[in-house]
Parts: sequence; C-alpha cells; structure tokens
Amino acid sequence: MEFAELIKTPRADNVVLHRPFYLAVEGTLCLTGHHLIFSSRRQDNAEELWLLHSNIDSIEKRFVGSLGTIVIKCKDLRIIQLDIPGMEECLNIASSIEALSTLDSVTLMYPFFYRPMFEIVEDGWRSFLPDQEFELLTSVTDEWRLSCINKEFSICPSYPPVVIVPKSIDDEALRKVALFRHGSRFPVLSYYHKKNGMVMMRSSQPLTGTNGRRCKEDEKLINATLRPGKRGYIIDTRSLNVAQQARAKGGGFEQEAHYPQWRRIHKCIERFNILQESLIKLVEACNDQSHNMDRWLSKLEASNWLTHIKEILTAACLAAQCIDREGASVLVHGTEGTDSTLQVTSLAQIILDPRCRTIRGFESLVVREWLQAGHPFQQRCAQSAYSNSKQKWEAPVFLLFLDCVWQILRQFPCSFEFNEQFLIMLFEHAYASQFGTFLGNNENERSKLKLPQKTMSLWSWVNRSEELSKFQNPLFEANSLVIWPSVAPQSLQLWEGVFLRWNRPSKFLDEAQEEMINIIKYNKELQAKVNALRRQLAEMETDDRMQENL
Amino acid sequence: VENVRLLDRLSSRKSALGTLYLTATHVIFVENDSETHKETWILHSQISSIEKQATTATGCPLLIRCKNFQVIQLVIPQERDCHDVYISLIRLARPVKYEELYCFSFNPKLDKEEREQGWKLVDLNKEYNRMGIPNNYWQISDVNRDYGVCDSYPTEVYVPKSATAHIIVGSSKFRSRRRFPALSYYCKDNNASICRSSQPLSGFSARCLEDEQMLQAIRKANPGSDFIYVVDTRPKLNAMANRAAGKGYENEDNYSNIKFQFIGIENIHVMRNSLQKMLEVCELKSPSMSDFLWGLENSGWLKHIKAIMDAGIFIAKAVAEEGVSVLVHCSDGWDRTAQVCSVASLLLDPHYRTMKGFMVLIEKDWVSFGHKFNHRYGNLDGDPKEISPVIDQFIECVWQLMEQFPCAFEFNERFLIHIQHHIYSCQFGNFLCNSQKERRELRVQERTYSLWAHLWKNRADYLNPLYRAEQSQTQGTLHPQMASCNFLYKFWSGMYNRFEKGLHPRQSVTDYLMAVKEESQQLEEELEVLGERLANLQKSQLNDSKVKSKQQDRSKQLGLSTSNNSLANTPQEYSNDLKSFPSRSPSQGDEEDSALILTQDNLKSSDPDLSANSDQESGVEDLSCRSPSGGGCLPSEDSGKDSDEAVFLAV
Repeated sequence: MEFAELIKTPRADNVVLHRPFYLAVEGTLCLTGHHLIFSSRRQDNAEELWLLHSNIDSIEKRFVGSLGTIVIKCKDLRIIQLDIPGMEECLNIASSIEALSTLDSVTLMYPFFYRPMFEIVEDGWRSFLPDQEFELLTSVTDEWRLSCINKEFSICPSYPPVVIVPKSIDDEALRKVALFRHGSRFPVLSYYHKKNGMVMMRSSQPLTGTNGRRCKEDEKLINATLRPGKRGYIIDTRSLNVAQQARAKGGGFEQEAHYPQWRRIHKCIERFNILQESLIKLVEACNDQSHNMDRWLSKLEASNWLTHIKEILTAACLAAQCIDREGASVLVHGTEGTDSTLQVTSLAQIILDPRCRTIRGFESLVVREWLQAGHPFQQRCAQSAYSNSKQKWEAPVFLLFLDCVWQILRQFPCSFEFNEQFLIMLFEHAYASQFGTFLGNNENERSKLKLPQKTMSLWSWVNRSEELSKFQNPLFEANSLVIWPSVAPQSLQLWEGVFLRWNRPSKFLDEAQEEMINIIKYNKELQAKVNALRRQLAEMETDDRMQENL
Repeated sequence: VENVRLLDRLSSRKSALGTLYLTATHVIFVENDSETHKETWILHSQISSIEKQATTATGCPLLIRCKNFQVIQLVIPQERDCHDVYISLIRLARPVKYEELYCFSFNPKLDKEEREQGWKLVDLNKEYNRMGIPNNYWQISDVNRDYGVCDSYPTEVYVPKSATAHIIVGSSKFRSRRRFPALSYYCKDNNASICRSSQPLSGFSARCLEDEQMLQAIRKANPGSDFIYVVDTRPKLNAMANRAAGKGYENEDNYSNIKFQFIGIENIHVMRNSLQKMLEVCELKSPSMSDFLWGLENSGWLKHIKAIMDAGIFIAKAVAEEGVSVLVHCSDGWDRTAQVCSVASLLLDPHYRTMKGFMVLIEKDWVSFGHKFNHRYGNLDGDPKEISPVIDQFIECVWQLMEQFPCAFEFNERFLIHIQHHIYSCQFGNFLCNSQKERRELRVQERTYSLWAHLWKNRADYLNPLYRAEQSQTQGTLHPQMASCNFLYKFWSGMYNRFEKGLHPRQSVTDYLMAVKEESQQLEEELEVLGERLANLQKSQLNDSKVKSKQQDRSKQLGLSTSNNSLANTPQEYSNDLKSFPSRSPSQGDEEDSALILTQDNLKSSDPDLSANSDQESGVEDLSCRSPSGGGCLPSEDSGKDSDEAVFLAV
C-alpha cells in the first residue's frame, strides 16, 4: 500500500495552530506517510512541529462557514487545534490523518521506515541479553540454571526463548508445570536478592479449576526456591474473591493443602478497562479547567487513578518487605501474569536493588520485566486517554508502573540516576515511537517481525551521551540501601509532569531545574579545580623536598 | 510518671517506653532506651486539646493535639496518674495571664543590648521609606498617637496628604471599631496603593461625608487613575446581612469614582471548622486514597486557600497592571483584610519574598494593624469561637506560591513552618496580645525576645538554594496566571502532617542543594588558599630559595562524601497479613538500619522538628547535620531547654 493513496491533500497553507500557553501561529501544514508537519516561517517565530500519526489518539472536526477546525488529541495527552481554510482541504486532511493514525498492519508503522540520523555506538537490541543477566547471577549463586526450553516459543508463546529456573528442576518437569499454569507461564526467576539470597518469582495463575487440580511438579518447582525449614509468600495480585471466581474458568490459586510451606496474600490490583476508564476520567479532569476546587478534588478522587497507584505500590512494597525484612522468598502472580504481576515484580526490584535505580539498570529492568516477560505493549498501548474505541485489552498498565516509579523518585529525589524526563520519554515511546522496541506483544512476535533487523532500538538512541545527559538526575548519589516509600495518601501526588504537562506553564519549574543543574555543575568544577591544584602542589612540594635532600 | 508508652501513629507496632515529666512550660517525654534517651518536648502553649480515652488493659490512653499539628498519644499505666496529668495539663495549657506564657521565662542568654538590637531588626518606618513614603501624596499621621482614634491601629499611620485630621477622625467614626482607611502598600512605579480599613457603618442608607472624602483622597493620591477599587473580601450575603446591624458596604452611588467588588472569603468560623475537618482527615489511621481526597474536598480547605489567593491576585493585578489603587476591607479589617493585603504585597514586590522582607510584611500587615493574635491562636484561655487559623492560611498561600515559583523566594518551607510554630509557641514576644497598644502596655519589648532576630541568626537553615535575586521570577510582580487552576493547589503535608516524617520525601532537595552550595563556598575558599600557596611555592622555587615545606596539611574534610546521605528508614505496614505470620518478630533485621538512626538522633540542630518524636528519620535529617551551621552549636531551642531544665529542677 502506498501512503500517497491516503493523503488526498498533502499540503495546506495559511493554517493556524493553537496550543495552550502559546500564541496562535500561522503556517503551512504538510502530511507525510508518518508525520503531520506544521511549519511557520515567520521571521520572528520560525518553528516546526512534527507529530507522528501514530501519536494521534483521536481527531475531531468542526466547521464555521468555510473555515474548518480540527482538534487533534495525542497519546502523550497533548491537544492541538488547527484552523484550516477551505472545507474540502480540511475534510481531506482530517480523513487522511484518521486513516494514517489507525493503520492496521504493524509493518507499516514508522519504525520500519525510520532511518536514524545518528551514529550507532551500541546496538540496543543486543544491550540487554538474558545471558548477561544470568552471568551476573552465577557470580553469586549456583542454584539456578538457564533453560532453553522455550527456544522456538513452543512451550509458552509469551515467554522469551530462555528463562531462569531452579537448577534442580529439569525441562521435562517445566513442560508439565507449563500445562498447569495459565498461558503456560510457569514460575521463573524474576529477582535474586543478594543480601540474603531470597528470590522473587513470577508466573500466571495455576489452573486448579473447581475440582482443585494439583501438579506435583509445580509444587516441587516453587518449593525448590525455599531454604530448608523456611516458608515463602505467594502474592496474588487479585482479591480472594476474584481469585475464587477464576476457578470457574479453570484458573485459581494455590491451595494451602498442597503448598503448606507457602502463605498466600491477596492484593487487589485492577486490570484492563477499569484502568483505562480511570485514565480517561483523570485526563478529563485535568483538561477541564472550568470547574471549581471542590469539583476538581472529587473528579480526581472519582478517577481512582491514585487509588490504583497506592494499591500497586503497596503490593510491591509488601513483596519487597517479605524478601528483605522477613527473609522469605516470594512468588507473584495474578491471572495471566503479564500485567499487575509485572508491576509488582518490577517495582519491588526498584525498592530493593540500587542497580535498578540507575539508567542502565532501569532500562534492563524494563527489558527483562516488561518486554521479555511478555507484557502485551501493542495491545495495551494501542490507544490512550482520548480514544473512543474502548477495546477490552487497552490499559495503561505500563503508565501506572512509570507513575509509581515517579512517586518513589519524588520521595527519594537523590537516589535515582535518571530524572522525571526519562520516565516521560519512556511513556511517550511506549505509545508512539520511531523505534521498534515497544512494537509487538512479546518476544515471539518481535522475532517474527524481525524487529532487531528491520528497526532501530530505543536504547541505541537513548544510550548515547548526547541523549543521556537530558535524562540524568543532577542530585544522584548512589544509595545502596533498600528504599521504603510511603504509600499514605498524603505522600502520593498527581504526576503533573505527565497529566498537567500541556495544561500548565512550565517556565518557572524549568528555571528551577536549570538552577539545580548549575549549582551541582559549579560544585563539580570547583572540586576538579581544587583537586588539580592539590596535585600540583603536592608535586611541587615533593620536588622541593627532593631538591632539599640533594 | 514512669513507664509511660508513647505510641506511634503510623504503626501500632512501634511504641516507646519512657518517663513523662511535666514542667512549668513543657511536657517532656524521655525514652528509657539507654543509648538514646530520646526526648520529646511539647510546649504547653502548643497544646490545643487533651483527650482522655477509655482505659484499656494496658493503661489509660491520653491524646494530646498540638497547634503545630503534632499529635501525641500516650498510654499511662495508672488511671489515677493519667487523671492527674490530664487535670494538670488542662490547667497548664490554658494560661489566664500573659505573664504565665513561655516568652516571659524564656532566656536565650542574650544581653540587653542584643535583645534591643533584635527588636530593631524589623523597622516599619524604614519599610515605608523603602516604598518611597512620605512623598507628595502620602504622609505619616499622628492622629492616633495615643491610640485616641483607634485602639487596634498602630500609633504611626500613613494616609493621603489631602486627608486632614478632621477627615480621618470623621471617617473613623463611620467605620467598624474606628478602623479608618490607612495605607498598607504603595507602588512607587505608578503611584497605585493598597489601603485597608474595616466595613463602613452604612446600614441601609447612612452616609458620611468625611469617609467619602477619605476615599476621594486615596484616589487623588494616585493621579494616574480616575477611580479606585473597593474590595469587600466577604461573601456578598454576609455583607448584606451586616447592613441590618447598621454596618455593611459602600454604596457606589454615594462615593464618587469607586468600583465596588465582592470577593467571597468565608469568615473565621467557617475557616476554623474547615481546618478541623482537614485535620481529622490527616489523623485518619491508614486512610484509603478515596477517604483522603474525599475528606480533603469535604473540608473545603483548599477552596478557601484559593479564594484568598484569588483576592490577592485581583488586587495585585489592579495595582500592577491597571495602576488603580485599592481599598480592602472585610468586617473588622483584621483577618481577611490582613490575608489579602499581604498576599497582594507578596505578589507585587520582590522585597517581601526575601527573608527580611517577609518578616517586615508580617510585622506590617499583621502585627502592627492589630491582628488579634491572642484571640485567634488561643494564647491565653479565651473564647474558643475567636480561634481561627487566619495567619496559617496566609502562610499556606506563601507555600503554594513557592511551589509554583521555586526560584522566587529567598527562604524555604522550613522558614514558614517555624514561623507558624512560633506564632503558637509564645516563646517570643512578637505575637503576644491583640494589638500594638496592649503590647506596649505589657512592655513586651523589654521583657521578651524577638523571633525575627532568632530566625535571622539561623538564616542559613532557612535559605532556598534555588533563589536567584536576578532571575526572572524574582523581578517585579509574580503572575500566577494559572492561579485560576485548581490543580495547582495542593495539600501541604509538610505542615499538616509535619510530625509524621514517614510521609514526607525521604531526601530533601533543599537541604541537599544547600549542602552542595556550602561545600562550593568552602571549595572556593580552599581554591584561594591553594592558589596562594602555589604562587608562593613558585616564587620560592624561582628564587631558588629553600623554603621549608609546610608539614601541616589543611584538614581535608572538604571532600564531604554524600554517603551520609544514606537512608535509614523502615517499611510501613503494607499489609496486616504479615503480622500474623508466626515465624519472625517484626523488628528483626532492623539492626543495621536502626544503627544509622541512632547516630542521627544524637545530632542536634536548631530545627525544632528534631526535638520532636519521629522514628523514621532519613536523608532529611542527616543532611542538616551535613551543613556546618546545623551542627548543634546554635543556642536556639537547645538553650531554651537548658533554661527549662533549671525550671524543672527547681520544681
């Protein structure tokens, strides 16, 4: 298919662009296969706006006489308005944008066409391979092995080809366990806590069904992670009620009788359309500036967004607490083990493991616990807060995770190597990107699409020093301790950087950020100077002494 | 009383056993823990309510709520003891004479001269001079020199030049409590001014020629504008109701060239209830997000804060952008009027965003114009209906602005919190009584110390590292264009949950940056010293003369490792399920972290927060010990305690 067919009017002049907090600008609008480009060539105010079609969440058009207006609402929550003279042009442009922003086929997406303009120092597709992760693990314990059982994605379609499992469990047993777990997602290692050797595993729900089916291999597998005489915790991300209901559909939870060494804790993390609804309500509240103070608070409350944040963080803290404080191993699962499970396991690692609070460590975490672990990005992030489609599988699961990370970052502003911008960048790219990283729903699909060969990895771009400098937190001081965030409502805030990003002037906050960087930079410069002088002095003094001795 | 348990509000698991002491001025709880002997001090004047709860098997619980939003829960083993403590505290917390207040026994070991210097730190005449007054339009009037016209006004009042004593006196007779229109702020760039008064006694039809002339005079003092705004900060309904009592508001027909405007800020009773409701929300034990947000909304607190801000913004805009003078009043002109005038001044003039300027602002709009500190903050036992968090709301408005304009204020959040603390503490004489007249009669300046001097001495603790005097935000008027947006107003947990450290960010960006800046300063100095030494060495080497190399090396303490930024904190109760897990006691495994806590607790600093109980210390505190000025050498609170200890021994 040629994109040109979809573009009936590739260019329109005298278009006026409206954005909050900016003066309206007049300029030329161009449509290409993947971008909407607006450029104004005014002498005093030359600027260009490039918008990926895939970033467009919804589009509305209205007419006043022959002047058409289209309102474009983006997945990054921005809203822009374009006034286009000429009814036909306007209609053409609107329908083109509509078509181009809702392409069916993944292979037509921009990442397959994007050619990087920067030098690739490191291929991001090869930056975070499971073997490397496993090597790190073998340096501290030999109780685990790398299993290639899923090499052809034959056992579990949503797992990566290689997974880490207890050494004592052979592939034959894994095959049986896979049959006992939803979507074949058998328990695998998620995190090893070096401090006390406790582990966190994740899986999907066991298929116990109504008649309480059991699987000896499953029991053996998870018991293999326990120290002799110790007990472990199973954190089920569903309420007991939901878990019980799941039995009717063949799912269920681990029965005490069959897992006597494990204690089950139910948490209640919502999924799917409840989360999507919550996002839609929240963004609606943030965009509505007409209401009074009371309405704002009740709308914020009614969106339940912060409630979800609190639930997720609480479950993650609980998992971390079991591991670090109770000295117990943990298994986390919900139903499929691809959403709330990953929120909990990845956040627990941020709390426990200082490595995950570095830029590289966090990227590795996203790769391991989200991309390789089979979070269905393409399904979940197909639309954002402005969509009307209301597909069951759309849900801001990853955004909630990033928001939780931001909450912890806010409470520990000096313990993270990255800044808020880094999290916002990941949010944007998860929804629309020139890179192939977040395409597909799992490693299986990514390999079929040949993404590593045909597209560029986000990490190839981010991990260059020019980009990295934007994402570094000037306040970072490596902190090797476990960080326990507060989950009290007073401690959780709306993530303004994302939800009010386009609704508030950021000038003064940017200035503060700049000032912060300057203070730190000046300090570092001084330190370097003092050190250089000290060295020079020391050298001269030794010279002096030598001469004296001569 | 021995074997008292101090409960932790956040976690029922944690409690500390210790001894409770009552002194003439403080309640002191000393923990038994042999290593720390952590002390919790509460001033009697901070106590807002004491509640004796039903006796349980473990003892008799006593709940003490403080005006600085600390909540202390004690369990006293013997019912009798508990009752005695309760009765004593009720009496101690409600002094009937000013002389009983802490400031009359507080002695920071300063000599007389230092004390006098302290009181001179803030000089209102100098402040009006700074504004450019007296000038052709404004002059100082001595009409109130013996408080003869208005006993709640200061002796020195600034009025338009054309307002004769006759006009002033006449106008005062037509205003509630004779609080006639007087100058609060003058903008020398465009001659626009902010004046304040109380409501006119207009009833349904009364007029007063002198009052009309007074408003004329205010307008004439601003030749660039042909009208003035009269802003009534009450809701219209309240103002109309006042007419029935012979009070009310200005009739536009009677006054030439005024534009009348209502800005609905609720009265002190509504505000008191609102705060009460919000504090109930803060006190909830493990509330859900919905409980909290719903409760916050239901309290209406942020709505009221926004109303005050909106009024301030309206006035600032009139003065700065339209160049129109404004007369502000409410009913008596000492609560809402003070809030609104000071918010507007703060927006208009960068001087008030400096530390000294802010002290001046409170002195000008609150202290001198007779804000009834004693009644509003219940320093002496009085009518509970008079109590209302009026200045608390102003302080919160400043905080909300600081959040929106992080580089615009010279001072930081701690400065605001400490001012709030001392408004209630009665440790200093600044906020005693209800008016200047009463303070003079009590000879406050001779018998007590000034808070401003105390804060100024410790100013290093109160600096905002991001403050840039030359930066755009600090230049001229602040334009909170987005002030109409509700989402900019946030719950201030740093104030209302001040003593629950566990809820706050565990690392303070402010303290971190201050420490970095301080280090930079030391580095600069060292750079200079090193440079000199280098130059000397080079010279001596050039001269080929033998210079004994100096053996003593400057102590290289400068490479301040920020590893003491390390965090020690403990998880909260994330699940109740864990408690019932039998195999381990919950406190096990805490040792390494709690070791860190102990070292931090031993370090004292000038921060009154630190004397309070908190077991979830973290980066916030250790950073304050990183800064040299916080190193416990300051005589502030500590010395206050020293003198108290003497009192205690004498008892």
